[in-house]
Amino acid sequence: MVTINIDGRDLQAQEGQTILQVATENGIDIPTLCHHEAIEPYGACRLCIVEITRGRRTRIVTSCLYPVEEGLKVQTNSLRVMQNRKMLVELLLARCSKNKVIRELASQLGIEQPIIKPEFLEEEDCMVCGLCVRACEQVVGASAISLVNRGITKEPASPFLEPARDCIGCGSCFYICPTNAIKMEDKGDIRYIYNWKVEFKLKKCKVCGNYWAPEKQLEYIRKKWNLPDDFFDICPTCK
Amino acid sequence: MNEKVTAIINKYSSDRGQLVSILQDIQAEYRYLPKDALLQVSETMGIPASRVYDVATFFKAFSLKPRGKYVIDVCLGTACHVRGGNRVLETMERCLAIERGQTTKDGKFTLETVNCMGCCAVGPAVKIDGDYYGHMSTDKVDGLLAKFE
Amino acid sequence: MTTKLLNKLSSRQDLEALRKELVRKRKTDKPTISLCNGTACRPYGCLQLTEAFKQGLEVRGLTAKVELRVTGCHGLCEKGPIVVIQPGDIFYQQVKSDDVPEILSETVAKGNVIDRLLHTDPATGRKVVHRNEVPFYLKQQRNILGNNVEINFNKIEDYISIGGYAALARALLEMTPEKIIEEIKSSGLRGRGGAGFPTGAKWESCRHAPGDIKYVIVNADEGDPGAYANEGLLSGNPHSVLEGLIIGAFAVGANQGYVYVRNEYPLALANMVTAIDQAERFGFLGDNILGSGFNFNVRINRGGGAFVCGESTALMASLEGKVGEPRAKYVHTVEKGLWNRPSDLNNVETWANVPLIINKGADSYRTLGTDGSKGTKIFSLVGKINNTGLVEVPMGITLREIIYDIGGGIRDGKKFKAIQTGGPSGGCLPESLLDLPVDFDELSKAGSMMGSGGMIVMDETTCMVDIARYFLSFLEEESCGKCLPCREGIKRMRQVFDEITAGRGSEKDLEFLEQLSLTLVDSSLCGLGQTAPNPVLTTLRYFKDEYEAHIKEKRCPAGVCKALTHYYVIEEKCPGCGICVRECPQEAITFMGKKKPVMMDESKCIKCGICCDVCKMGAIGKR
Repeated sequence: MVTINIDGRDLQAQEGQTILQVATENGIDIPTLCHHEAIEPYGACRLCIVEITRGRRTRIVTSCLYPVEEGLKVQTNSLRVMQNRKMLVELLLARCSKNKVIRELASQLGIEQPIIKPEFLEEEDCMVCGLCVRACEQVVGASAISLVNRGITKEPASPFLEPARDCIGCGSCFYICPTNAIKMEDKGDIRYIYNWKVEFKLKKCKVCGNYWAPEKQLEYIRKKWNLPDDFFDICPTCK
Repeated sequence: MNEKVTAIINKYSSDRGQLVSILQDIQAEYRYLPKDALLQVSETMGIPASRVYDVATFFKAFSLKPRGKYVIDVCLGTACHVRGGNRVLETMERCLAIERGQTTKDGKFTLETVNCMGCCAVGPAVKIDGDYYGHMSTDKVDGLLAKFE
Repeated sequence: MTTKLLNKLSSRQDLEALRKELVRKRKTDKPTISLCNGTACRPYGCLQLTEAFKQGLEVRGLTAKVELRVTGCHGLCEKGPIVVIQPGDIFYQQVKSDDVPEILSETVAKGNVIDRLLHTDPATGRKVVHRNEVPFYLKQQRNILGNNVEINFNKIEDYISIGGYAALARALLEMTPEKIIEEIKSSGLRGRGGAGFPTGAKWESCRHAPGDIKYVIVNADEGDPGAYANEGLLSGNPHSVLEGLIIGAFAVGANQGYVYVRNEYPLALANMVTAIDQAERFGFLGDNILGSGFNFNVRINRGGGAFVCGESTALMASLEGKVGEPRAKYVHTVEKGLWNRPSDLNNVETWANVPLIINKGADSYRTLGTDGSKGTKIFSLVGKINNTGLVEVPMGITLREIIYDIGGGIRDGKKFKAIQTGGPSGGCLPESLLDLPVDFDELSKAGSMMGSGGMIVMDETTCMVDIARYFLSFLEEESCGKCLPCREGIKRMRQVFDEITAGRGSEKDLEFLEQLSLTLVDSSLCGLGQTAPNPVLTTLRYFKDEYEAHIKEKRCPAGVCKALTHYYVIEEKCPGCGICVRECPQEAITFMGKKKPVMMDESKCIKCGICCDVCKMGAIGKR
């Protein structure tokens, strides 16, 4: 166990925890976008930055990745942190100028007009946080999509920009995306995930008759956990 | 299964750490990275297709489209830039009627840029088909391109 | 001459016996022709020249009587191809194939010097005969790069004959890993890759890191545009780097090493492959090296054309077969690096310093350099300089000495404006700082950086705003794209520069650039983003007047930014020859008759600059 200080409060932390974990446990709010507790921290969005002091040295680090150590002093809202955070959100806003989530975030930080000129504003929804890709790899195990290209054209995509062969249609990417950039629709008995150019036949529940999950996804889970053939014939609601 | 690709994979003992080298050998063989070759690498080495594709699109050395007979590398390193390298590039683009990164319609030339080849003394420098040409200027472009059949 | 080895060298005695034999063979009166085949000499046709020499010797039946030594970079790339003849240390420059017969019959056969091939000392106007009299070399200290001239870059025997692998034998058989680390620490050696981290301390951390499997890595991904110092060293003397690597591996406790060579360096790659192969055959790599009980193997990996892979964690990701994305270094790579194991990564030049320190001792090494920066540094001195090439200087020498005494001053009679060091992570320093000593800390204080070795000289025809834009544009392409500030921030900065160089900039833009710069420095994930603002910040600091000209007057003082530059005919100088008329792709210039100045229609001009390039009379002006 170690003691760290966040915003003037002495807090107990376990070796191996990150600043963000300790903060969250103690009700201290640090904004994040590319972070999810079920997924390895990545450090892409930089919104969770905090100012730390060790000895006489202060620096800015991402709280999602920085491991706690005895005597660590953390400030989550110092002037330096706030200035950085505001500029980061300006960059997000410039890219996703019409996205609701980003606009809300900007408004919370007191940004009324984007600092970047109107002719340079873009209207993306995706801010390349990588959660979709990481969830698909770490939680689902399908690794159907990846972050392709480099730099400003980096984006999540299916291999060869063709229908993602390894996709099982579980929709984890859709559920985890913080900016609603994944377009998924269940229409009748078909699920469409437009971003990866895939569609899946949905399984019909033998009891209620509802279409509830892609057959491919259920088959994947069934095989992975060695479940009987008829395991998913009845939907969870009816079970 | 393509034999040449299999041979390349075996040459590197199917070691995932050597993925970039494997792709480079495939590119040297076919002048680009054919989709089937990449899928074969994925299957044989047990790497998800998405993780072969992201490597193929990350590194500038790789091309997913067939390249021209002659690859032109125009150096845009700082020393060459300071001596007017970007004007040489613009002239090339105009003469070939393509932009950097593209291939001429007849498949003869692919125009690429590179950031320092180590020929700063003779900058602006251009490399075509493995040979280096130094002291390039806008007026020498035509003559240089005409050398290639 | 290749020595046929029946068995690997299995002890120090074996090595010394071989060395004695090779030295004996070398000490004959055989004339030697050392001929540079480095990358920078290739555009001059040095390969054809080599062929011409080979044939010339054969035809005269001299192949066995004269040693033709193909070497790496001699340093004075401006005057290549360079040929040095022994006996006499005769220095010939800009040698052509047509000169070969005369060189063979006059210099090699009779010792007569051919005047027209000699270097002219610009200060005295007199010809210089010997290599050590060439002004370019006088203030240099070519402790590391100097060996290039003494060895055929593909012959391990040459390397052994000049003392190669003696340091390895001493390290493995006379010293302990702890003693080696102490020696490196005492020497004050700091990383030559850019950051200048104390090498001994790094090795020590790696040695102490928990874990049985460790790695050592050579970072040969020299990506700074305009820097080819590592290339000249790696291709010219790969064994010096290898020897350092093996010593380092022994010191930290690694049995596996990697050399990561930039994809754009085919010669360095080829020569390193040969060197490793030879080292294996001679027993300097493999099991039980020289009977020490130490096992060590090396693999080569090629880069894929990504500047970001010069960053240590991105390089390691690439070695793992993944995209070159850096990761946070809150846990250092010496503890968790390649495959999450303790890894020591050092630059090519850092490794090459190691055998020198082991051979001569830390105290001797410390006699060169400043308090904070010991030893020498290799730079590629390029740009608007007369003596373009690879220089090796003692730390502490001033920028002025490098540019004027070694570099021979600014070419084409122009005026010095700035010197750029540290690549895209560094900065541009003005004339007022020319007396700055070259030293890690001094360069940092001035806002720049040592970097891996690029030193680009700029003159009055260089636009500093354009230079800042150039570096941003470069980094925009090279950013891995993982973190928000670097990926989006660099692009937005570049857009502002597009506006400024097009004449649409405002004072507010400069404010914005400074604010955004702070964010990049503070919150970027890796060094690429963190140092991206440096060229912008240094040019704003030292060349504010140029920004103001672009913003307030819509004028580019250097005549570079197209939108703000106008080409025009200087009538008094124009003889009416019509060459520019022919070359203009837009037919914007009209021939007005012989001896009459041509006329330019500015509305058609696309500012390509061809007219300026072809005009021999300097009759095309820019304003």
